Amino acid sequence: MNTQTLLWLIPLPPLLAFALIILVTNRWKALSHSLAIGAAVLSWLASMVVFFSVVRVEGLSENPIVSSIPWMPTGADSWFRIGVTLDPLSAVTLFFVAWTVLTIFIYSVGYHNFGQPRGDHDVPGLPPEGATVKGKGAHRVPSVEPMYSRFFAFISLFAFAMYTLVVSDNLLTLYIGWEIMGLCSYLLIGFWYARKTARDAAVKAFLTTRVGDVFMLLGLVGLYKATGTLNYHAIFGNEELLHTLGTTASGVLGLSQAGLYGLLLFIGTVGKSAQFPLHVWLPDAMEGPTPVSAMIHAATMVSAGVYLSIRIFPLVSQSETALLVMSIIGAFTALFAATIAGAQNDIKRVLAYSTISQLGYMIAALGVGAYVAAAFHLVTHAFFKALLFLGSGSVIHGMEHGVLHTNEHLDPQDMWNMGGLRKKMPLTFWTFLIGGFALSGFPLVTAGFWSKDEILSGAFAGGHWVVFGTLALAALLTAFYTMRQITLTFLGQPRTKAAAHAHETPATMTLPLVVLAFFAVTAGWVGIPTYFPGIGGLINPWFEEFVGSMLPAHGEAAEAGHSLIPLATSLVVALGGLYLGWLAYSKVQAGQQDPIARAVPGVHRLLQNKYYIDELYQKIFVQPARWISETFSYRIVDRTIIDGVLHGIGRGGLGLGRFVRNQIDMPVWNRFLEWLSARIPALGRSLRPLQSGRVQQYMILAITVAVLVGVLFYYFFVLA
Amino acid sequence: MIPLSWYLIFAAALFCTGLFGVLARKNAIAILIGIELMLNSVNINLLAFWRYLYAPDLSALTFVAIVLVAAAAETAVGLALIISVYRRRSTVVVDDISLMKG
Repeated sequence: MNTQTLLWLIPLPPLLAFALIILVTNRWKALSHSLAIGAAVLSWLASMVVFFSVVRVEGLSENPIVSSIPWMPTGADSWFRIGVTLDPLSAVTLFFVAWTVLTIFIYSVGYHNFGQPRGDHDVPGLPPEGATVKGKGAHRVPSVEPMYSRFFAFISLFAFAMYTLVVSDNLLTLYIGWEIMGLCSYLLIGFWYARKTARDAAVKAFLTTRVGDVFMLLGLVGLYKATGTLNYHAIFGNEELLHTLGTTASGVLGLSQAGLYGLLLFIGTVGKSAQFPLHVWLPDAMEGPTPVSAMIHAATMVSAGVYLSIRIFPLVSQSETALLVMSIIGAFTALFAATIAGAQNDIKRVLAYSTISQLGYMIAALGVGAYVAAAFHLVTHAFFKALLFLGSGSVIHGMEHGVLHTNEHLDPQDMWNMGGLRKKMPLTFWTFLIGGFALSGFPLVTAGFWSKDEILSGAFAGGHWVVFGTLALAALLTAFYTMRQITLTFLGQPRTKAAAHAHETPATMTLPLVVLAFFAVTAGWVGIPTYFPGIGGLINPWFEEFVGSMLPAHGEAAEAGHSLIPLATSLVVALGGLYLGWLAYSKVQAGQQDPIARAVPGVHRLLQNKYYIDELYQKIFVQPARWISETFSYRIVDRTIIDGVLHGIGRGGLGLGRFVRNQIDMPVWNRFLEWLSARIPALGRSLRPLQSGRVQQYMILAITVAVLVGVLFYYFFVLA
Repeated sequence: MIPLSWYLIFAAALFCTGLFGVLARKNAIAILIGIELMLNSVNINLLAFWRYLYAPDLSALTFVAIVLVAAAAETAVGLALIISVYRRRSTVVVDDISLMKG
């Protein structure tokens, strides 16, 4: 099979698995997950085959693998074509998507307690609460998820959408995959739909990303109108066209067409990748099951937003304003979310804010022109953040086990209830440590160091001092909250009985952790810059050449970055942050307050409440919307005006009816009929003589009538 | 290439499924789904005829777009009504919604 055919086939197995699970195998849990994982393995295999077949191809970005079909006629004989493509960017994206999707599918089997008994009181729509094992020494064990098959169906559909997005060769099919993922995200966040918080979070995620998507659609329409195509290579590989777009004014805010459409598409990214004004949905999305958080909100869907931004970078880079907006939003989000992450207590929420912050990093990297660094960080981040999410899921799982064991009533996600899990869950601890160190950019060994260092040197070399400083500060905070998380969760002594009884999770959960941990370390090695003292050049910086060739003006900012200042900075912030985190939290005892809360209570409260942005949005968007719908639309327009008019018409009709009855019907019509009916007997009497009883008379009458009819017939029909 | 009649048979089957849903189901949402199926079978017919008989001409696609938009609007209004009924009467079983019966 050639690469083109294989590319077409990559998204299909998960879609088939989705359809089969929904329609046929819904009742059989083992069959459902086998289908889903089998499909994921097929897609993974195909992705690896195409990835390794192009990885050594020279000039892939100039001559990408393409295959397309005419899809929709756009005129007499012109067609809108859709198809698949493989260039360096989609190849590396395909690589990490395939790996993370596969590991997360396998992990879900263990996470949803496959093989455990049915729960005592479990109902669909609520997380399983445990089952009692009867017999001698009755005890409670975790119970299997009631809607197990449904979960695998949804994540299969999600995987289909992600693969579609990655292999598609135009912005329209990208948008289709993008929207299907939005739907899956909604369905999966609200997976435990009997919980109000989950329902609200699902609606919030859907509506917030919709805001971005509407602008993105506007951008697509505008771009199509300006260029007549949405194909990547036809737009982003055509320098002449890009130059025209960059110099034609759009008439909106003094932007060029490239700037306007680039920014509109970028707003789509802001929604999907949870950048600053539209970031509020991502932390709430943690209501979903953990594999969902890992897959949708760390590794794939939010990465799709950055993927889009990287795709459209040649367009955006035509406009200085658009780049500036990107770098401001990115850098601000990176710092802003990192500060919040440092004050959260829920283990998954810390990671959620950390994701927002890291995505901000990538956007800022694009804003300063560090194209390759953004793509590099996208790849490494997908691995280590998926690892961290799955690790936190494993921790929560272990804690739930402890909670079942001790019958304590506590939140198994709150880090203050943990502590000392290092000894209970060694495999989870070591993999989480690797992921955490990669996130904080621990020097030399972890992938996060190399990608983050590249972003910092990109910002430094481009002379973007503010962005550089902000990102460095954010990196310090990242290392700090990561160490806080690791210390609170794994180090020290158990602070609750449940933590003391926590338990390592099954192999279906730990194996994906090990695989991801492997990539969290090694994924960075393909991008070690050659000028790096000591080990630079030992491993060929393949990533830089491979992905960097996507840009026509390749590596202007990156080439100049030989300075060691950003390197020293990233070393200092990573190690310093880790040390500070350890210093602050290693002595925490059970029942103690957060050291930051003790030192600066006001700041801590502000951070813990996420700068009150949710409350602000509640005040300026949700409450007015509610007021409009309840008071204005319902009470004033609907109840008063429309209902008033309708009731008025009804009352008018009633009045009219009464008038007609009393003034016309009763006096005129009725009297006429009464008069008429009184005349009827007289009429009868006057006709009575006709019935004489003499047959001949009847006969004469009959013949007269027949003749008359015949004459008339003849006169009208035959003569005429 | 797949013969035209296959599409027509498929669309007819889909239409009958939808019709059955509309006539036999008691749940208002299921009825709405049935209507959607019927509308979409019409779309399949339109598209199949277009593809086989009038291919590059665009006019047939306009009809499909209109049907799609009408279907979407109809669903939106229908669902809003059903939700509103459900809020007042806690049921979406059409047999129970008989306020208008004379």
